[in-house]
Amino acid sequence: MALAKLQKQLTSLLPRRCLITDPAALKPYECDGLTAVREIPGLVVLPESETQIKQILAACLEQQVAVVPRGAGTGLSGGARPIADGVVIGLSRLNKILEIDLDNMAARVQPGVRNLAITEAVAEHGLYYAPDPSSQIACSIGGNVAENAGGVHCLKYGLTVHNILGVKLQTIEGDELLLGGPGGDPEGYDLLALTCGSEGMLGVVTEIWVKLLPQPPVKQVLLMAFEQVSRAAESVSAIIASGLIPAGLEMMDELAIEAAEAFVHAGYPLGAKAILLCELDGVAEEVAADAELVKRIAQAHEAISLVSAEAPADQARLWAGRKAAFPAVGRLSPDYYCMDGTIPRHQLATVLEQINQLSDHYGLRVANVFHAGDGNLHPLILYDANVPGELEKAELMGGRILEICVEAGGTVTGEHGVGIEKLDQMCAQFADPELEQFFRVKAVFDPPGLLNPGKGVPTLARCAEVGGMHVHGGRAPFAGLERF
Amino acid sequence: MDRDQTEVLIAAVAQAAADAQAISIVGSGSKSFLLPDVSAGAAGSGGRLLNVAEHLGIIEYRPDELVITARAGTSLKDIRQTLQREDQLLPFEPPAFRDQGTLGGALAAGLSGSSRPWKGSLRDAVLGVRLINGLGELLRFGGSVVKNVAGYDVSRLQAGAFGTLGVLLDISFRVIPAPRMQQTQVLAMSAADALVQMRAWARQSLPISGLCHLDNRLWVRLQGAESAVRSAVAKLGGESSSDADFWSRIDNHQHPFFQSEGTLLRQRVAPAQPLPENWDGLIEWAGAQRWQFQKESASEPTSDWLPFDHRFARAQCQRPGGNMLLGDYQQRLRRAFDPQQLFNPELGHADSAA
Repeated sequence: MALAKLQKQLTSLLPRRCLITDPAALKPYECDGLTAVREIPGLVVLPESETQIKQILAACLEQQVAVVPRGAGTGLSGGARPIADGVVIGLSRLNKILEIDLDNMAARVQPGVRNLAITEAVAEHGLYYAPDPSSQIACSIGGNVAENAGGVHCLKYGLTVHNILGVKLQTIEGDELLLGGPGGDPEGYDLLALTCGSEGMLGVVTEIWVKLLPQPPVKQVLLMAFEQVSRAAESVSAIIASGLIPAGLEMMDELAIEAAEAFVHAGYPLGAKAILLCELDGVAEEVAADAELVKRIAQAHEAISLVSAEAPADQARLWAGRKAAFPAVGRLSPDYYCMDGTIPRHQLATVLEQINQLSDHYGLRVANVFHAGDGNLHPLILYDANVPGELEKAELMGGRILEICVEAGGTVTGEHGVGIEKLDQMCAQFADPELEQFFRVKAVFDPPGLLNPGKGVPTLARCAEVGGMHVHGGRAPFAGLERF
Repeated sequence: MDRDQTEVLIAAVAQAAADAQAISIVGSGSKSFLLPDVSAGAAGSGGRLLNVAEHLGIIEYRPDELVITARAGTSLKDIRQTLQREDQLLPFEPPAFRDQGTLGGALAAGLSGSSRPWKGSLRDAVLGVRLINGLGELLRFGGSVVKNVAGYDVSRLQAGAFGTLGVLLDISFRVIPAPRMQQTQVLAMSAADALVQMRAWARQSLPISGLCHLDNRLWVRLQGAESAVRSAVAKLGGESSSDADFWSRIDNHQHPFFQSEGTLLRQRVAPAQPLPENWDGLIEWAGAQRWQFQKESASEPTSDWLPFDHRFARAQCQRPGGNMLLGDYQQRLRRAFDPQQLFNPELGHADSAA
């Protein structure tokens, strides 16, 4: 009823092309990158201006209809999963770069601008936008802010929160908040940091100031192969401890190597148990010195092969295998389930071994492709949704992996966000008073609770149902007991 | 020193919450010049002082994790020395003010030093906190890993909140390797020319980690691999300075510039913003942070100039940049953490925000 009223109201406010009501046309919006969970939205609105966004939010408030903001729909945790009796605000048509300020090394962009489009627009000036999630050709900067997206280069250049200077946030109650901006660090409480990664639950971001960096003059990529996963993991710690910070430090295990090699022929050594890809960048002298250091560390850890790529084409080839790893693994199995836990680096070898044990226990193969430098794991659990019970088994195993990450002192999500996917695991990471504090923060910006309800933070009731396995602050009950 | 006062502090806050009695949180007092007198707050109205300086000690430090976790009362000096032994440092170079400052005080004040534009701000390096909110609840947000998007980023929110959102207990900060080599160059240059020069250098890949202009001289800090620093020195020119402590004296306000008469004002701006007329202040952060003294004769400074004295923390917690709407949201947020507004009443209340 409220939805019908809203639709009528919006029809009078917006051009016809901004509304999607036809069931067939609503279908593409039923999920984001987390395709296992779908729901046809009640209505999709595609505003073309900030003014329209404000009108839509005002109408939703008036009719008390829930709003799900959506960028490019590439998110992996269901943050943009629609609600049957709610509205999806798709921000894809707000795709303009409004201002490039070379003097201040910043750009003002609309939320629907693609991540890579920013770098493309400033490349001629020798600049770029640093965060590079693997979906960067498609994902939008607004979505990046919502999820505090990372990428392969955040070890050195940070996450989205480190690379945006400000946002314009529209609250459901009609307030427009300017948080930060090109003028440097915001005064007062850091609401900009709070907005980053808030999954569209506090407001709708309508403009973003991003920071631009000079392109590094020199890059070098090293490929190192190991006969043991543990030796590769130890090399990661040794590289970090040696006093250099690589631009990227990625690890792939045997199954991932084989899959990638069969798919894109990147030249990865078959038979290796693990490879490390290490990218160094900066001024020529520094890169040369760092590369020597990394090579010595790899040798000290019994690397069985070591390839150095200095030409851009060779570097692209080495990266191709890593960047295609997810689809490559997708060829091995009808379905896979991608995890996103982060652990302290020194726990890498231990946690990977635990994941192996889980893999044996559940009878599901796991390929590991991950940002080793920041301890951000992406175990891919292979399963077949057509086999009854396999999806449930994969989800159980995935949940268990995330709990292991929390027990190891880490977190259930490094860069994909909680969305709806990791709500249960949030109960393992946070105790009730912490969840209640999150809700009070939410209520500051969205008192009626209309923005992206049911995402990001689990209700206490949900956690009570999940119950049982409560791990907090790395202290699991009966930590000595084995659990599978 | 290793002293865990968690239980004592929780009990104190819980008692204050039960009695609805205000609390002024104090650490070493190194930044008391930034705060209104506590006698104007809790202590003045029969409330209590809550000293967190006794809650101290490094809880975990693994150099290969690039993370240090320590209690709020741990002195920055101890942190610095501990990191130095492993050739590491806090990327944001917090002022320690006569070496008295604590880690909790650094987070509460949110001040970053000379390296800020290149190595990130204090809030950029925050990974996790444990705190006591105004309900007397012990809460943990973030953690000790670099990538973490579980829940709202309450940890970074503590940076510059001056303790008004909770009593900070333990903090995890990202650390970085110390540069293998450091060199400071000094170039004779007017402020206007320096601003242009700093912006030009910012657009190039150079191993710069400090750019500061004062008294017709541009100070440039270069850090990195020896070969990289040497080639940058050749490119940038200027005189080599043997004054290795220059940057720390600037960060800690011990440089003679900071001893002038008048009210010290701070401005954070888009780095290329032109200088006001008759400029005779100090420019840091490649242009993004500026300091000057307000002379008695001078006209009122523009509203983006904030007094860096006892009015500073109050302004931070009440009306950011003079923006009423934003100030209103900040006060609502403060109540979300501290419904009775027990913490640091001298930093203003929602109803008294004016």
